[in-house]
Order: sequence, then C-alpha cells, then structure tokens
Amino acid sequence: MSVLVYVEQVDGKFKKSVFEAVSYAKAIADIQGSSLTAISIGNVGEAELKELGKYGASKVLNVSNDQLKNFVNQAYASVIAEAAKKENAAVVVLSNSFSGKGLAPRVAVKLEAGLVDGAVELPKLDGGQFLVKKTAFSGKAFAITELTSAIKVIALNPNAFGVKESAVEATVEAFSPEIKATDFTAIVKEIVRATNKVSLPDAELVVSAGRGLKGPENWGMIEELANLLGAATACSKPVSDADWRPHSEHVGQTGIAISPNLYIAIGISGAIQHLAGVSSSKVIVVINIDPEAPFFKVADYGIVGDAFVVVPKLIEALKAHKG
Amino acid sequence: MKILVCISNVPDTTTKITFTNDNTQFNTSGVSFIVNPYDEIALSRAIELCAGDKGTVTVINVGESVTEPTIRKALAIGADDAVRINAEPRDAYFTAYQIAEYAKTTDYDMILCGRESIDYNGSQVAAMVGEFLDIPSISIIKKLDYDGTTATIEREIEGGKEVVSVSGKFIASCAEGTAVATIPNMRGIMSARSKPLQVVEAKEIAQISKVQQFDTPPPRGAVKLVPADETEKLIGLLHSEAKVI
Repeated sequence: MSVLVYVEQVDGKFKKSVFEAVSYAKAIADIQGSSLTAISIGNVGEAELKELGKYGASKVLNVSNDQLKNFVNQAYASVIAEAAKKENAAVVVLSNSFSGKGLAPRVAVKLEAGLVDGAVELPKLDGGQFLVKKTAFSGKAFAITELTSAIKVIALNPNAFGVKESAVEATVEAFSPEIKATDFTAIVKEIVRATNKVSLPDAELVVSAGRGLKGPENWGMIEELANLLGAATACSKPVSDADWRPHSEHVGQTGIAISPNLYIAIGISGAIQHLAGVSSSKVIVVINIDPEAPFFKVADYGIVGDAFVVVPKLIEALKAHKG
Repeated sequence: MKILVCISNVPDTTTKITFTNDNTQFNTSGVSFIVNPYDEIALSRAIELCAGDKGTVTVINVGESVTEPTIRKALAIGADDAVRINAEPRDAYFTAYQIAEYAKTTDYDMILCGRESIDYNGSQVAAMVGEFLDIPSISIIKKLDYDGTTATIEREIEGGKEVVSVSGKFIASCAEGTAVATIPNMRGIMSARSKPLQVVEAKEIAQISKVQQFDTPPPRGAVKLVPADETEKLIGLLHSEAKVI
C-alpha cells in the first residue's frame, strides 16, 4: 500500500503548489505508515524530479513521452490510474488546480474511488472512517466528507496545507504506461501563458479592486502595487462584467474562490457573493471610502479613504519599506 | 445538432448558510433555489449555438420533484425540453453516473455544464461524465465555437489559456466568458409551462462518499483601522504583526 501524488509540471518545472501537494501526500503516508510515490508526466529533468525527495517522495515515476508533452485530460488520467494500480495506492493526491480539477474526477471513476476536491485539511481517520474537510458554499462553510471506497482520491486546495520539508532520497524510475490512441481525441492547438504574471488561484498575495476604481484606465496603480508585492491581481464581478478586467480575474462566489495569505480589497464594498469567495484569505486588508462598507466587518486591517489618494501613498510606503 | 446541458439546483447566492440536525443537514428553510449560475452560462452558450434552427437544447437535472421550478426556469431561458432523473443527488459520482446513463440512450453532439456548483463547489461532474462515457472532457472553458463537426475551445490554465480542438462527442464545463447568462423574457416564461419535461428513474450505483457533517468558519476579529495618511503604519503591521509581507 502507498500514497501516490501527481506532480503537475509547467515547461519542465514544478511550482509551489506541487511541493505543497507532495508535502500533504507525505503527511498522509506518515499517518498510514506507508511510502510516497510521485508520478510526473511530460519532459522533466532528473534534478527537478529528485527535488521532490525534499518534500517526502521516496520514489518518482517519470513518464517522459512526446505524445504526453501537453496536458490531455483523458490520457493523463489513464497514466495516473495505471500508476496508482502499479503502486497499489490507497490514496491518490492531486492539486485542485485547473488541470487537477479536470483530472481528479476521471482518475476517481477509473479507480472506482471516492473523491474529495477542494480539501483544506489532512484526512482524519476516526474509528475506521476516512474523513476529509473541504470547502463548501463558496467558503461560507466546510463539508466533512467520508470516503468509503477502497481507493481514495483527494484534490488539495492551493495554500491550504503549506509546503513542509521532509527530506528523503528520491529514486527516479522510468514508467511506460499503455497509451491508447482514443485518449487523444482532444488536441491541444495552442498554449498562451503570461509568464510574468502570478497565477491567481496559487497566489499567496492578491491585490483586488472594484467599481470604486471608476474605470479600467485607473488599474495602473493596482498593477504597480501588485508588482511591488509580487502579488496577483483580481477584481469584483461588476468589474469583469463591465469588461474593465478579464473574467479570469473575477474572484467571489461565481468567480474563482481563493485563499491567499494576504487579500487587499480596494474600492470593493463586500457583497455577500464577493465575501464568499475570498473570506478564507488568512489576512484581509480593505481600503474603501465608505466606512459602512460591509467588507470592513470581515477585514483584519482597514483604511477608510479614497483609493486614488491611499493607493499611491501605499505604493510609496511599500517602496520605502523595501528600501 | 443536439446539446445536453446539465443543470444543478442550488441555493440563491445571497443565502445565509445554516445547518440543522446537529450540523448534519443544510437548512433549506426560507431558502430560494436557482439554476447554478455557471450552468446558466453553459445553457446560454448552448442556446446561442442552436439559434436559428441549428439544433435543440435539452436540460438534464438529477433531483427530486422539488427541483422542477428550477428546471422550468431553464426552459424559460430557452431550452427546448428537459429531463429530470428522479433521485436525490447524493454526490457527484452518483449524479455523473445518472447523466452518463441517460446520455447513452440519446443522440447528442455535446454535453455542457458549469465549471462547478456553488453549493458543494465540486467541479467533478463534467469529467466524471466524460470518463463514464469514455469521451473527452474539457474543464473550465472560456470560449466554445462549433462548426458542426469540430469544436474549438479555449480553456483556462495556470497563468494563461490553452486552445483545444475536439471532433466527435465531448463534454465541457463552462466558466465566465463562455457566454453571458440569458435572462428569461415573458414569452419564455409562458412557453416554459408547456415544454416537455420527462422524468426518468435513477439507476443503482454504490455510494462511495457522503457528507457526514458541516462546519462554518470561525468569526474573524474586529478590524484594525489605520488612518488614511499613515499608510506606512499599515505596511509595518502587515510585515511585523501579520507577517504576510
């Protein structure tokens, strides 16, 4: 019996969310007294693969195959399920990333496994039960879900567990699973990646703005503040609906739910739908001209003031702090 | 062209979430239910693709009779007919299995649904249906064009987007940007009453997951206000007290 973790690569590199998933999977392996194997798909170098040992993966299955260079949901799910069977995995862990959200359910069906996505804590093994806490109602609640299948699949929310080092020597093993032609009906034609931008779901720091900014032409100072912090930018629903910012930046109940370490909300009043998607942020800062804005009720820190005055001052203060 | 759109019956986005029976059940008292907002986006795109007699849109919901007002709303938005699989949707595995079993009995070109439900926030159904049917599943899409045989789809990836081409049957889960949700007009509301709504009994499948209990996040402490002309104080607090920068 073992724990298997899927390690998603981007251009041959692993991101922080992968080390977080490996750390989480290692903690499950420790609870169960089993070992941790990672499965990597795509062209990743030996040194990068060995890096996974730092977080507790003692074995890395490496599928290096040009056909699998780009993410194809069906084919990747087949590979992960085959690896799970080969490793006799009792638990399979993935990141609840854009790709993970598409993969985990297919892997679960292939393995006839119960799946918890959006997991926020380690599973609790309570009197023979296997219980996993997950977000529900867009952050307004948690659902503690029992998985009763022989194999369990868990997709971990970004920033929920943190990266924890647990160094072991990782051995890298080539893995050549059976690849079916029918798994490649969907063909990737083009990938456009904004390399200099911080990905919103993974971001530890997020600077977000709303209608209080009055128009898309005023986003320069939001981007400047985000750049200085190394933060991702986000926005409220009315802003993306008005096409001031792309839909991919919309956070909230009907946008992306996020849980960064720091969420700075500028010119956003804090409608219940917006709060639902951001309230699990560890620290919330609100800047709003209206002292009665509902957002202040859930904020840790606040400034009552005009964004056009406060944000430039904040930028100056941050520059001074950074020296 | 025939498009199947999966819709979920969820609490209105303004609902205050509470639980009953020792936090084991969602308290539905006084809660109004709506078509899951992401599913509305999927439905709107399906209606756009079929506009001008290019095809028909069938909505499918797994739910007991209480979900029929929500199904009628989808018909009012513009779906041609509806199917309700008569069962309480106990988890995504169960729901996806029922949808796949129904899809096996009908001739469709594509299946669309929302990227996730706003109650359990699961983004499982689309990919599970894809696996049950052994067809491609493309998750969290932002754009969908269809030329009658091939779909060109943009999907969101970490820090960017990917363009995917797929021929033959597929399922996709729609996010914002795929379409703007359509608001039903009076004609739609009137005609929805007479559109066909077929009820199909559910099929048995083993239960492998169950929500045992709900929990709510602890209340946050009071806000610490910083004067607007002392922004350096806020930076200091974020650095030394909150330790986030």
